[in-house]
Amino acid sequence: MSRAVWTLAVLLSHWRRHPMQLATLLIGLISATALWSGVQALNQQARNSYDRAAATFGGTRTAMLVGSAATFPQKLFVDLRRAGWPVSPVLEGRIQIGGRSLRLLGIEPVTMPTQVGNAPTLGTANLQAFVTPPGQMLVSAETLADLKLYEGATPLANDGTQLPPLRVQAQLVPGVMVVDIGIAQKLLNKPDQLSRLLIGKDRGPRASLQSIAGDALRYVEPDAATDLERLTDSFHLNLTAFGLLSFFVGLFIVNSSIGLAFEQRLPMLRTLRACGVSARMLNTVLVAELVSLALVAGLAGLVCGYFIAAALLPDVAASLRGLYGAQIPGQLSLKPAWWLAGVAISVSGALIAACASLVKAIRLPVLASAQPQAWHQAQRRWLKFQSAAALAVFIAAGCFLWLGDSLLAGFAMLAALLLGAALLLPAILERVLSLGERGATRPLPKWFFADSRQQLSGLSLALMALLLALAVNVGVGTMVESFSRTFVTWLDGRLAADVYVNAANDRQATEMKTWLRDRDEVQAVLPGGRADTQFAGAPLEVLGLPDHTTYSDHWPLLESIRNPWVRLRAGDAALISEQLSRRMNLSIGDRIEVSAPGGDWPVEIIGIYADYGNPKSQIAVNYAALTRRFPGTPQTRFGLRVAPEKIPPLLTAMKEQFSLDDRNLADQATMKAESKRIFNRTFAVTAALNTFTLGVAGIALLTSLLTLANSRLPQLAPLWSIGITRQRLALIELARTMSVALITALLALPLGLLVAWCLIAVVNVKAFGWRLPFHVFPLQLMQLLGVALFAALCAALLPVIRLARMHPAALIRIFANER
Amino acid sequence: MSASGKISRRAFAGGALALLGGRAFAQGFAGLSETADGYAAVVPGKRFVFPADHGPHPEFRIEWWYVTANLKDAAGAAYGAQWTLFRQATQPGPALEGWANRNAWMGHAAVTRADTHRSTETFARGGVGQAGVETAPFQAWIDNWRMRGLDAFDADHVAPVELTASSTDFSYSLRLDADRPLVLQGDAGFSRKSDRGQASYYYSQPFFKAAGRIVIDDKPADVTGLAWMDREWSSQPLASDQSGWDWFSLHLDTGEKLMLYRLRQKDGANNLFGNFITPDGRSVEIAAADNSMTPTSFTDIAGRKVPTAWRVAIPARGLNIETVPLNPKSWMSTGFAYWEGPISFTGSHRGVGYLELTGY
Repeated sequence: MSRAVWTLAVLLSHWRRHPMQLATLLIGLISATALWSGVQALNQQARNSYDRAAATFGGTRTAMLVGSAATFPQKLFVDLRRAGWPVSPVLEGRIQIGGRSLRLLGIEPVTMPTQVGNAPTLGTANLQAFVTPPGQMLVSAETLADLKLYEGATPLANDGTQLPPLRVQAQLVPGVMVVDIGIAQKLLNKPDQLSRLLIGKDRGPRASLQSIAGDALRYVEPDAATDLERLTDSFHLNLTAFGLLSFFVGLFIVNSSIGLAFEQRLPMLRTLRACGVSARMLNTVLVAELVSLALVAGLAGLVCGYFIAAALLPDVAASLRGLYGAQIPGQLSLKPAWWLAGVAISVSGALIAACASLVKAIRLPVLASAQPQAWHQAQRRWLKFQSAAALAVFIAAGCFLWLGDSLLAGFAMLAALLLGAALLLPAILERVLSLGERGATRPLPKWFFADSRQQLSGLSLALMALLLALAVNVGVGTMVESFSRTFVTWLDGRLAADVYVNAANDRQATEMKTWLRDRDEVQAVLPGGRADTQFAGAPLEVLGLPDHTTYSDHWPLLESIRNPWVRLRAGDAALISEQLSRRMNLSIGDRIEVSAPGGDWPVEIIGIYADYGNPKSQIAVNYAALTRRFPGTPQTRFGLRVAPEKIPPLLTAMKEQFSLDDRNLADQATMKAESKRIFNRTFAVTAALNTFTLGVAGIALLTSLLTLANSRLPQLAPLWSIGITRQRLALIELARTMSVALITALLALPLGLLVAWCLIAVVNVKAFGWRLPFHVFPLQLMQLLGVALFAALCAALLPVIRLARMHPAALIRIFANER
Repeated sequence: MSASGKISRRAFAGGALALLGGRAFAQGFAGLSETADGYAAVVPGKRFVFPADHGPHPEFRIEWWYVTANLKDAAGAAYGAQWTLFRQATQPGPALEGWANRNAWMGHAAVTRADTHRSTETFARGGVGQAGVETAPFQAWIDNWRMRGLDAFDADHVAPVELTASSTDFSYSLRLDADRPLVLQGDAGFSRKSDRGQASYYYSQPFFKAAGRIVIDDKPADVTGLAWMDREWSSQPLASDQSGWDWFSLHLDTGEKLMLYRLRQKDGANNLFGNFITPDGRSVEIAAADNSMTPTSFTDIAGRKVPTAWRVAIPARGLNIETVPLNPKSWMSTGFAYWEGPISFTGSHRGVGYLELTGY
């Protein structure tokens, strides 16, 4: 045992002499673990809340019966129970509190199937208080805080209804309020109406559904994945892809520093073996050393990951809310599994990165001498395999593009593309440098190129990391910028009215419209309405647009027939969103049947419009037609056309007249600012992860250069001895690093644009259902090039300065030393 | 869960809503002895009116419709069937329409064979039609379980009725006929439960003849036999120091019927109550001092020791019998768990009946 301890002490002494190497190893492991676990924490947080949402009193995880319209009579529930069906009623609606719209769920706790998660764990007294008027309104702690209310408060809904006292129920998702079914019917003014019936555990023989409910109810299978999960899958895949990229870039660092450390310690290992330490003992100690380093770094990485996740969570939550309406709590809650997985990935990452070195140490002959040179040579042979592998990977990427039809295939293609490019990079650099070597005539430049080629294998991993980070940066940057530009133009067209009003109810809306018609500055009142229905089994929004030049002049259409707005008036035509068109493969001229309360409504597709940021499919129809087909549509939202200078006084007057606040009344500028703010937050995470990745790549370059610097002295010392000054040598070293970095960065630009194209034309279309026009932003590319070179400069500076100031004695010693 | 947390039969009461959904019920048996503030009191001298009194009495806290049947198939194998509907008010006051109704309902059903006992339960809130009792035409139901008056239903006989219940692994459908009117228990229907005023209104139809079909695990058996219905309602049937009871309903082969129960007190003292019913339907209250009920054998079941065999003696009636259960494992594993099953007896009299043991 004591022998093992001594061996470990000797091995560890290496790190004391090379603290920088230890630092790079730890940084590599920490950054790999941190980014990976940070992303995992975010994903876990989001998935947990989807699960909570799905399990909330019979989300899609429970089999259920639904009607053809939004609600159906309660009598069906009683009839089914009396026919042996173990069903439990649910009524769902929305309720506005202080401008916030919350989901109201009415449940029946007595018949609620016990297998439905989150059935309220109400005690005797609580259950009674829950069902007995005024009842209780269960909310999550987040919702309570969001509403700035306290437990027991009885808030007023926007329509003046007094709501039951609030009570916190820990398992609930934010944004949901749960009350007893009877109380929900009252609050939503839907007496004896239900939204769906949850089906509990079988209770024996039952009559057929048809014989009891006729066609009124439809059986819906329980669904393992919720709509929300399906919708947000792409977002999480995106995050995971970034996490994985960072993880690999981190492993590059680990690999290069461990590789060098082992190589440098070979004499030490040999000595230890000669002193009688068995190969087995040595290997055990080496692995133990590595694992303990990985454990320390893993824990540190997890702490960093936690902070990264905590820092990004508000943006992620905002993105998910903005994009999909998913509610994610703002407080990170992590399971023990997360910590374990983080440490495990750190350890396994370190072992994978050290694999080659460990194998070599195991086979170490006692009398072998250190051969850092041979190590590099072997690396070089490996390059040939790499190029062949790159080709194979490119072919795979092509296959994914041609044959794949899913988001995953899109990402796989991206990954293959990046991997192939990274694998090919050393070969390309080698080619460029050997061309330079051929072109050079004078000895020093010739040596410069030859020596650069010789160094390539040591730098290639770091350069590959840089290439990947840059390419992804270019790709994502281009996509975000394309999106941003498209979005702003699109928003200008979509938000064409000058003032937007949201009345509390139809009565107030009518009063407002009457009042507004008498105001001279109001050029037009543009009613709007939205109904929710189903199309091909998926939710569909039906948007009603009034027949007004505001829309025909501004509303952005991707493609349409001639004079679509005239055609729309007839009420048998619709514009459809790009998402719907792609999802259902619909194009202009096709006819679809929209289910409406009075029966199916056939409409012809006469145009397609972009509907960025909307996870649901949407169609736009004439407003009058909408209110005819969906008579229950609330008519509380409308827009106003007002001369710009008269907007502020009108807003003030309306606020006074109808006691409105900013939540029910907004001018166009405010709406746009809000939309852009949401938009910007959506990509804040991507941008942050981008920066992290680039940072990690920079560190990878720095560590590679630092480790190389030591082993390069035998090459540099002869040059110094024939009269080239240390300063000149340092400049040559700097030029070398900068030139390979420049070549890498230049290669990263087209690769990045290819990545952007993949994101825009493949991944986005699959993930969100829309395709953006592809723009190239040269200025942005130049900037990134600058950043890349600056990063390379920073990384190269330290070893170069060291070289320039190196004591001549150190250089002379090279000739004396073994190496 | 305290020993007093397991009660049922005529004992479903207090905070029953908490039972609903089978969730933990902390108050347990204590509910039976809760004070009856706001509910109607049970007083002697009530005049029973039928069919009105077959229906619910929402002004009282608790109420039940309870049928047990001792049956035999064609080969002579014995069966038992139980059908129970409980009502409990969650708040004093009249029953309201819709979900605000303030009444909770619970159903228990079981079948027993010498080698099998199956039990199940279901729950409902009043006011919407999932469970309830109507008098004209007579029907008591919860989900698809029913006790329904058939053509020529006679309110004084509570017959003929059809009785159905089902679960995943058993079901039954029985037709119950009676040629004699129902019988008032206790003192003309006033059933005293303690010396401190706790009491219930209580009548029975012990003269049912039953015929129908029991299906266990998809294997049907045509059965005939005797059945007994108990109807009881109250606002506070037990005193606070009473912990459970042992209850017999016996069909003597002389055509006589015996209802006998023992209320156990926490201090170990017991109160015996009972009625002896002659074949022509006269019901005579039995004086407590005359009788004895002594457990002769215990069964270990669900972690409890339950007295499933008894010696019962009523010297004044010349009755001295030993009872044995058809299936000693007749455990009702419902939200309120208790023992209830068919028994047979020998001695001075022979016959069959039902035994209920609660609070163990």
